[in-house]
Amino acid sequence: MITIITNNELSTGIETSKRADGRAFDELRPIKIEAGVLKRADGSAYLELGGNKILVAVYGPRELHIRRLMQPNRAVLRCRYNMAPFSVDGRKRPGPDRRSVEISKITSEALSPAVFLEKFPRSTIDVFIEVLEAEGGTRCAGITAASVALADAGVPMRDIIVSCAAGKADGQVVLDLSETEDKEGEADMPIAIMPRTGEITLLQSDGHLTSEEFEKALDLAINGCKKISEEQKKAILSRYG
Amino acid sequence: MIFVEDKEIVIPGDILADEDYHAGRGTFKENNKITSSLVGLVAIRDKNISVIPLQSKYIPKRGDVVIGEITDIRFSMWNLDINSPYSGILPASDVFGKEKRDLSKAFNVGDVLFLRVVDVDEVKKVKLGLKGRGLGKFRGGILINITPTKVPRLIGKKGSMINMIKDETRCEVTVGQNGVVWVKGKPDMERVAEKVINMIEEQAHTSGLTDRVRNMLFELLGKEKPLEKQEETEETGEEEEDGEELIQ
Amino acid sequence: MVTIIPEIIRESITNLVKNGERSDGRAFYEYRGISLETGVIEKAEGSARVKIGNTQIMIGTKPQIGEPFPDTPNVGVLMTNSELLPMAAPDFEPGPPDERSVELSRVTDRCIREAGVVDLDKLVIIEGEKVWMIFLDLHVLDYDGNLIDAAVLGSIAALINTKIPETRIEDGEIIVDHEKMISLPVKEKALMTTFAKIGGELIVDPSLEEEQIMDARISIGIREDGSICAMQKGGANPLTKEEVIMAISKSQEITKELREHLPKN
Repeated sequence: MITIITNNELSTGIETSKRADGRAFDELRPIKIEAGVLKRADGSAYLELGGNKILVAVYGPRELHIRRLMQPNRAVLRCRYNMAPFSVDGRKRPGPDRRSVEISKITSEALSPAVFLEKFPRSTIDVFIEVLEAEGGTRCAGITAASVALADAGVPMRDIIVSCAAGKADGQVVLDLSETEDKEGEADMPIAIMPRTGEITLLQSDGHLTSEEFEKALDLAINGCKKISEEQKKAILSRYG
Repeated sequence: MIFVEDKEIVIPGDILADEDYHAGRGTFKENNKITSSLVGLVAIRDKNISVIPLQSKYIPKRGDVVIGEITDIRFSMWNLDINSPYSGILPASDVFGKEKRDLSKAFNVGDVLFLRVVDVDEVKKVKLGLKGRGLGKFRGGILINITPTKVPRLIGKKGSMINMIKDETRCEVTVGQNGVVWVKGKPDMERVAEKVINMIEEQAHTSGLTDRVRNMLFELLGKEKPLEKQEETEETGEEEEDGEELIQ
Repeated sequence: MVTIIPEIIRESITNLVKNGERSDGRAFYEYRGISLETGVIEKAEGSARVKIGNTQIMIGTKPQIGEPFPDTPNVGVLMTNSELLPMAAPDFEPGPPDERSVELSRVTDRCIREAGVVDLDKLVIIEGEKVWMIFLDLHVLDYDGNLIDAAVLGSIAALINTKIPETRIEDGEIIVDHEKMISLPVKEKALMTTFAKIGGELIVDPSLEEEQIMDARISIGIREDGSICAMQKGGANPLTKEEVIMAISKSQEITKELREHLPKN
């Protein structure tokens, strides 16, 4: 028998109307994005959102050596979402699991609508997302960083896809759930959009929402995306002074 | 209506102009608006608006001259890496005519060649050839990689930039449109040329580059600095260089 | 996917070395710029981000309570694992660790283990039953040559940075007290230096370019007292006895300088 004493002082959120970490319902966690952080990759980006630390590398368009994946009229966009063993409280076993395979798939589908894949038939564009530290909302953070890395690699795109989640925690519809809110909350709904048109390229929902709450959450998430979009643009431009 | 200025840095999704402009390279039309598809510099020429990317891959085009490396020898052709999503082939017949000979006697794996893109077919098979002035195998020297879209900047207007590097370092310099640059001279001069070319690669989007390159060259060579030129006599290198000019 | 190095690059680098020079202007026994930060991952009990030139590795430690190996019931366990992420180089593929990755973790592990870096005796909770297992995970983010030296330097820094909860036994129960975090018992700071043999010369800290064309490689692990704790020869060509001896004596000097980058424990 092992007893574990933790030193986590979890706020209950009752003492104020605010959330456990003191944010307003429509407030994002602190965010930081940097483009062009790796030497070997064609494009790269580093993103911090709250306690999340995400690194993305893009290679391509490059020659696709696996014939069966080749598309005669367009490039394939392959994504690999991976968590470092030390990125979570316990130790994550290295290698893909069902969750990371699913996230990889939906990430590729979230990014593809923005990319002019038809310009590079028979080639591949590879996006590698590494979660160095996870604190809730890593798939959104990964997609947001991946778009910046794609732009940094010079991949032609219609828009810079941006992603953010909204959900319900402590009975309140809130933006950008923290890890605690995600685990203990009632619902989490990550989305990704093309910020210029507002078109949705990713939508998942996990938990219980009424249709009114859904609409409220969607509006919150879209607004959150627009704020993050500004940070993406700044990151890309600041690389070129 | 136009929403950007010439040489302004834009990113994918930035709206550049209304439909009274013509959508050039690096842009697309959506809802009657010309929009950027790339991170790059806006280039406005009359009513044509385009975006010169700051980062890109080389896409082979017939007539281009490229520097490629032999990666494999097959029955009747060589395979070459041309720093592109699409690899190239050099048919044995281009070198031997109708004669049957051992391919490795002519070129071996690891050899670096200066070639012309003869054809790019529908399945993106890139056929290369060696017919033309200055084409063939390189001996000695070093290789430097730059972003293919920065090649015109490295060459400069009528070859001004590249000629300055050649004159000052006394190196031979050959630039492939795929962004591979071959430099041969004294080893220390090769390194000077390499440093300067890397600087051009990093600062291709800035103005006043020619002067900075001259200063850097003089500094590296330990020469007196030339008189500072105040006026901007800067070309941004949007003009397509004629492939022929690249061959030295 | 195999990278084929252009013959003229091989020639130019070899010729430079024969003339006493290197393509990036370094001296033969000079490292590229080194940066080392610790405590960069809050969720890891210990972490470090190391850069040698553009080579970059993120290292994290995770302690877990487990059973000791049957043949060593009275010592804790250190497990080293590395991933050459496909983000780090165009020819690194996703999938289970390949032989390069396995070599990197095993050489790192050997240097740390044989030098006695971590006092594993102090990681026993109940003899023969429960011990601390320290997982040391190396995440290679950017590969620009000389992973081994970066891996060992970063690993030692991450181990020094590691805090584990205090444990005690009360009524036959293990109490893991996260309110009392103690430093991992690190009693030795062994480091490795790697030499590449090019054109008959030995040069330290090979860059990617140099590594791609080198004839052979030798990595030497040196403890603080100057003794040797691990060695690994790599590359398809031989080394002479004189070359190995020279590499050892250079390593003994260079590791002293490298050690200055480590945090104090």
